[in-house]
Amino acid sequence: MLSEKTPSLTVVPMPEEQAPPPILSVEVEDHRYHPLTQTLAPCALELKKGEIVSIIGPSGCGKSTFLRIAAGLIEPSYGTLSNALNKTAILFQEHRLLPWKSLLNNISFGLLGQKISKFQRIKKARAVAYTMGFTEDDLIKFPSELSGGMRQRGALARALALEPDLLFLDEPFSALDIGRRRELYRLVLKEVETRQSSVLMVTHDVTEALALSDRVLIMAPDPGHFVKDYVVPLPRSERTRRNLLELEADLMAEEQIASLFNLNDWERIL
Amino acid sequence: MIHQMLARLAHRLWSGWGTLAGVFLIFALWQIGFEAFGALVLPAPAEALGRLVDLIALPSGMEYILITAKRAFTGFLLASALGISLGLIAGWSNTLSLLCKPFITVALGVPPIAWIVLALLWFGGDDGTPVFTVFISTLPLIFAGSLQGVRMREAELDEMAQSFRVPLFQRFWQVQAPQIISYLFPAWATAFGLSWKVVVMAELLSSTRGIGAGLAEARVNIDTASTMAWITVIVAVLLVIDGVLLNPLKERVEGWKHVE
Repeated sequence: MLSEKTPSLTVVPMPEEQAPPPILSVEVEDHRYHPLTQTLAPCALELKKGEIVSIIGPSGCGKSTFLRIAAGLIEPSYGTLSNALNKTAILFQEHRLLPWKSLLNNISFGLLGQKISKFQRIKKARAVAYTMGFTEDDLIKFPSELSGGMRQRGALARALALEPDLLFLDEPFSALDIGRRRELYRLVLKEVETRQSSVLMVTHDVTEALALSDRVLIMAPDPGHFVKDYVVPLPRSERTRRNLLELEADLMAEEQIASLFNLNDWERIL
Repeated sequence: MIHQMLARLAHRLWSGWGTLAGVFLIFALWQIGFEAFGALVLPAPAEALGRLVDLIALPSGMEYILITAKRAFTGFLLASALGISLGLIAGWSNTLSLLCKPFITVALGVPPIAWIVLALLWFGGDDGTPVFTVFISTLPLIFAGSLQGVRMREAELDEMAQSFRVPLFQRFWQVQAPQIISYLFPAWATAFGLSWKVVVMAELLSSTRGIGAGLAEARVNIDTASTMAWITVIVAVLLVIDGVLLNPLKERVEGWKHVE
């Protein structure tokens, strides 16, 4: 029996110092809302600290479902989710502000899950609102009195008030005009740069994905699965509208991806 | 802020004028009716109001009003407590809400007068009969209102609150309750008006005290002036409660809906 004892000297593999563990790792093996229709085929994702990853794909391909699973809002039928960080926030397509609360109370509402006093919540909400460009007058207004862009900015303020380490974006910019959109891009990017938060974003706007992300995952439908993991070659600071167009052309040159978006002959606009 | 409050006050005063104008119009029509049909059909408004003052001046008059109010409120508050809690429970459970449907239909379908007959057999001639009748006839309205409120709430807001890990009680109180109230409130106000009418009816048939009993007395004496005086009391109390209690309450819970 003694001879079978493990030798006193064993080689334990040391964790590699160079690659810190991912902040979020999602592994979905199967997900169904209805037992007979598979919504998601096996798909996996790992997100590093400070990384922005986008998922693009045609409408109804399951990208929002994947985001909800990653955010822990729904459980996958089969699969695992490991989230090393606890402070996550989600920004939805609609602002989802509570219509019966003033803007300030809406922003502080997101902090209700934290164990801090009401006074602290209001103080924090006010500070965030100011950095996001709201005035004292805006803070007492109800959502119905704000413009569409301000509402979405309020929703972003509510999410950022948490100081999230991980931010989920579910097409939150799709209803805004390009000026408002850029304003929100900048606010999100500032947060990512100063706090090194990670972002997982779902969008159907290819340019938006290329402009903001480090990596773009392309999802195909029936059932949802990733077909490509595209690393955006340019650093974010060097991206312009002009070279993004080239990147997009580069991406769409692939037959499979262009047909996914129903965009064969991508160059032609009509 | 001050500007808004002033505007709200002015709005309320202005709507008060509207109510007052309506009341005077009714009195004017009443006067025309009196002049056209004679005092046996419709007494002169002035005479009825005089009788009203006499009735209230009597110790029993004020007592009658208070007794009726107590009965209406008791029945209404019991129905509110039970109806709202049952409505919430049924709203959260699909099975229960399906099971509850036939009960609502039955409870809404049975006329209050039938309940009075039953209640008389069960509770006799005391407070029990009017209180029970009010309770049972307002319960389905309040129940249906709160059930509807829970069922119609926006799932998206719930999901949002869940995403921020807002504790369950806060999720109910700050996200669901305002939505439920906006459905419940109209039903609740209707139920309140109904409770006041039903209590008088129940008293008329079952009680020896209360406004209903006063009406029964007036009927026996073929005293149209007293009848109209009591009717005026009933309507006046309803108007006052509407203006003093329900409207400000409505403003308080639904104020966010009316901002331009």
